[in-house]
Amino acid sequence: MNDQTIETPGKHLLRCGPGEDILDLDRHLATGGFEAVKKALDMQPDAVREEVKKGNLRGRGGAGFPAGVKWGFIPADNPKPRYLLVNADEGEPGTFKDRYFLEHDPFPLLEGIIISAYAIGANTSYIYVRGEFVKQIRILEDCIAQLYKSGYLGEKVLGRDYKLDIYVHPGAGAYICGEESALMESIEGKPGRPRNRPPFPAVVGLFGCPTIINNVETMACVSLVFRHGAEKFVQMGLEKDGGPKIYCLSGHLKKPGLYEAPMGTNLKTLIYDYAGGTLDDRPIKGVIPGGSSTPVLTADEIDISMDFSSLAAAGTMLGSGATIVFTEGTCPVAVLKRISQFYAHESCGQCTPCRSGTGWLSRIVDSIESGNGRAGDCDLLLDAAGNISGNTICALGDAAAMPVTSFVTKFRDEFERHIAEGRCPYGN
Amino acid sequence: MTLAFTAESEEKFKALLGRYPNRQAALIPTLVIADREFGYLSREVMEYVAERLDLPKTYVLNTATFYTLLHKQPVGRYHVQVCVNVSCYLNGADHIADHLKRKLGIGFGEITEDGLFSLEGVQCLASCGTAPAIQVNDDYHENMTPEKADQLIDSLRQAGGGQ
Repeated sequence: MNDQTIETPGKHLLRCGPGEDILDLDRHLATGGFEAVKKALDMQPDAVREEVKKGNLRGRGGAGFPAGVKWGFIPADNPKPRYLLVNADEGEPGTFKDRYFLEHDPFPLLEGIIISAYAIGANTSYIYVRGEFVKQIRILEDCIAQLYKSGYLGEKVLGRDYKLDIYVHPGAGAYICGEESALMESIEGKPGRPRNRPPFPAVVGLFGCPTIINNVETMACVSLVFRHGAEKFVQMGLEKDGGPKIYCLSGHLKKPGLYEAPMGTNLKTLIYDYAGGTLDDRPIKGVIPGGSSTPVLTADEIDISMDFSSLAAAGTMLGSGATIVFTEGTCPVAVLKRISQFYAHESCGQCTPCRSGTGWLSRIVDSIESGNGRAGDCDLLLDAAGNISGNTICALGDAAAMPVTSFVTKFRDEFERHIAEGRCPYGN
Repeated sequence: MTLAFTAESEEKFKALLGRYPNRQAALIPTLVIADREFGYLSREVMEYVAERLDLPKTYVLNTATFYTLLHKQPVGRYHVQVCVNVSCYLNGADHIADHLKRKLGIGFGEITEDGLFSLEGVQCLASCGTAPAIQVNDDYHENMTPEKADQLIDSLRQAGGGQ
């Protein structure tokens, strides 16, 4: 195996540069494609899982749960069919990484699916792709068809006694379907309303069968684990948080975009070295580190390692690695208004604290921004957010509450100024 | 009028049925096909889908009404969706939205008199690194500027036979 590439950061996950893609199987094979799959399929499924555990691969969808550990939750004695679901319902504002694989480089994703499905004993995998990605769905289906044609999928994967079918399932415009249990409901043809847990999907999942749900980038990382071995994979990141990471950098940046960097790269390095700094070199006012639901960091908090544990210790989250930067001159109330509107729009309506609460949050933030805020609104927001958190079936309630709590706490003087002056001081 | 899928849609529909252990699971992909084929999901179209999948009409209605991309009202031949979420907002999405509203003479949720364009404010399109972004039917248009929006609308108007 070629280890040279280990020294070249930014070429493991994001190997296609701007304007490039690898959509032809032969081209992919010429890059050493499917060696990882062959290696994995020569191992016992349990050994495949152990290798992923050794790589300390934490799920890239947002929660950061160790992938190999998750796979181990399927009860060994359950006789029902098993399913592997791949979450490509990319929708957390600020996130645009899974799209890269669907649009430019689907084969590493498909490799990861074959390896993972084999490890958990699944013969069917559905890739749930958000409905807006019409073009990406076509590309992905074409690549899957190439794999069937060449014997990489179907009755006998690579000639081995293992059957696997992969299907693309389109979403239809609902952020909540990125939540794993809502995603299963949606595949079953129902509104995407999250399920109570337990039972967990690994026990009772899609069609009542044991199911594992993993993110697109996680699947691509699984392929890397077998391409390079678990040890090398760990070295590409941190000891307890292995592998490279795709960071989605957006907002007021000179060069926004996707950047691959070792897990745990400093946030300032990402902003100033990778993304070229802020527009017009304006000072940073705030950074949302991991997607719009994650608590905001102020300018003096951004000297931080971008990994799951470090951000958790700082009271926020790596989430999907979607970093949104805004500079001085930006109204924080206006930013929060967009975020709160989003969660109010996307609440599935199932749990009262979320259904009513997200609407309250959105309306109060909106009234503050439009100059109609009342004394006590900041405390009201904190109180309402606190009453949503932890009181709902799924994490959307928390996702709506966290930005409100962090913005109001960290930019409180600005919220109070809006209320006192009865207008947005930024002229919005 | 009796509805029927075109041969191409019928083929896609039949392929779907083999992918799942039950017919309910084929519902959303079938609604996606029907939405494209018939323009939007009228009551009649939803009943047709219910019949094809042997599902209760209420089951289809319950699912269809949950999802924003399944249109329950007619949309324009060109459905212009403007992302208004954070990263696009920070990069001027509101200017693009206002510009399009003026240019088309309609607001969000409205359709032009000639039926050529409809406009909608939508949530994150996963184009945050190329903000502001809009989606017209299947196609993304990124790093939008008012000038690019003008060119786009003009070319669509020409292609669509409008003035």
